[in-house]
Amino acid sequence: MPKFMLIMRGTDEAKAAFENVDFTEVLAVMGKYNESMLKAGVMVGGEGLSPEAGLVVDFDQNPPVVTDGPYGETKELFNGFWVLDVPTIEEAAEWAKRAPLTPGNKLEIRRIQGPEDFPADNEWVKKEQEWIEHGYRDPDA
Amino acid sequence: MPDASARRAVEAVWRIESARIVATLTRYTHDFALAEDLAQDALAEALAAWPAHGVPANPGAWLVAVAKRRAIDGWRRAAARDEKYARLAHEHGIDETDAGTETPWDPDAIDDDVLRLVFIACHPVLSREASVALTLRTVGGLTTDEIARAFLVPVATVQQRIVRAKKTLAAAAVPFEVPPREEYPARLSAVLSVLYLIFNEGYAAASGAEWMRADLAREALRLARVLAELVPREPEVHGLAALMEFLVARFPARLDADGNPILLADQDRARWDRTLIARGRAALARADALGRGRGSYGLQAAIAECHDVAASVDETDWARIVVLYEALGRIAPSPVVELNRAVALSMAEGPATALRLVDELVAAGSLGGYGPLPGVRGELLARLGRAEEARAEFARAIAQTANDRERAVLEGKLRAL
Repeated sequence: MPKFMLIMRGTDEAKAAFENVDFTEVLAVMGKYNESMLKAGVMVGGEGLSPEAGLVVDFDQNPPVVTDGPYGETKELFNGFWVLDVPTIEEAAEWAKRAPLTPGNKLEIRRIQGPEDFPADNEWVKKEQEWIEHGYRDPDA
Repeated sequence: MPDASARRAVEAVWRIESARIVATLTRYTHDFALAEDLAQDALAEALAAWPAHGVPANPGAWLVAVAKRRAIDGWRRAAARDEKYARLAHEHGIDETDAGTETPWDPDAIDDDVLRLVFIACHPVLSREASVALTLRTVGGLTTDEIARAFLVPVATVQQRIVRAKKTLAAAAVPFEVPPREEYPARLSAVLSVLYLIFNEGYAAASGAEWMRADLAREALRLARVLAELVPREPEVHGLAALMEFLVARFPARLDADGNPILLADQDRARWDRTLIARGRAALARADALGRGRGSYGLQAAIAECHDVAASVDETDWARIVVLYEALGRIAPSPVVELNRAVALSMAEGPATALRLVDELVAAGSLGGYGPLPGVRGELLARLGRAEEARAEFARAIAQTANDRERAVLEGKLRAL
């Protein structure tokens, strides 16, 4: 089954509105949403990103320049993600529509690539899977 | 929205909502067969309306409201003939709901109702085939077309199975309830075996329609995950979910470019799905944490886990697999388990020990006329360098098999001797 990532982005206004809401309430509402997807057997992962400022590494110049984040002009922050295990992107969208989010927020849905998207015999593809599985091993050690 | 995409959107809603809708309607009408019909009618109405007008804000509420309206209409029509329906129409007439934004079911009670639905769909008065079709349609939210495609049977056959199943349930006056304590273990075990049957139907398939059948195995996995949340205190449910996670994890490596199955030993393990393996391990840990030991699904999951966490055939903990098969053989004895134990033993201790075990099992009559026996014996003899005897066993295996691919593998082994 393909996996899809729901990528959550929000504007500064959405973030400000969010700060006025009781955090316990937010946890309860979000918790119920996550629980509904767990109970349906479709949610296989997800994380939230901390609202504090991060860093941006920009490759427009060589060497790359490190600045305070966020990047881009939209000010739409990437706030977190869910990973869903569902057969179609429409089903992922149907789950996304149920997220307890307010105006100013968006969920982008993207399919996560699996081994079937890469040439099976590529040396680096194989190595990468090995690392995920066993951790990096120095071939010369 | 183009038509195909709109249709997929309706189907997506249906997959998410069907179990709760049918459960809600069964509680409402006290009649599972009627509830299922009403739900299907509501789905048909959605397929007609949504592509033109868009998906409503609360699609579950919309579907339930449409189904209830149809139920009341039906009762009103029947009221002319029968007092009982007049009463039903009167009782329900006042709470006719709009397709508003309110959730059409009580969130705290709906899980219990969905569980009741699972127990109805897998009720022992039904044939296995009927339970499979009914479970996939009502609990899984698959359409009749999808079920027919998955099982390579005509749509009419699936429809017939469902109609008959509903008649059987009505004839047996099967109640909408979680089975009482004394029946519970047997009834739960029946549910698990229906899910496992669905899984195997998809897993064992290696035909032209492979993609659809892999979807079927994945649907069984999803249903097992759902059941694990409905009855979280049952270790075997987690065991079954774990087993399916471990086996589905291997799907990306199971077929070659021509669609031929690749044996476990030859699979590219780098392609196995790490997320699912981690989920399998977590599910098995949940089963173990209940402290009631492992049942047959838990043990099979533990065996699958040994393979899934090993970097190669040589690095597999075969000694542990042998012990797990021994335990499995005691609680669920079968020729398949015994022969698998012998194969594991050949990996752990060499072909001579394994051959002794196989011959003991044959002498004890434990293997019956089990098909793969000559093939396994031939393999062990070949590894022991007893080529003449190995040839005879492979020839016997070739004569016995009805499966073309298996025959090709055996002929390859015969030629290699």
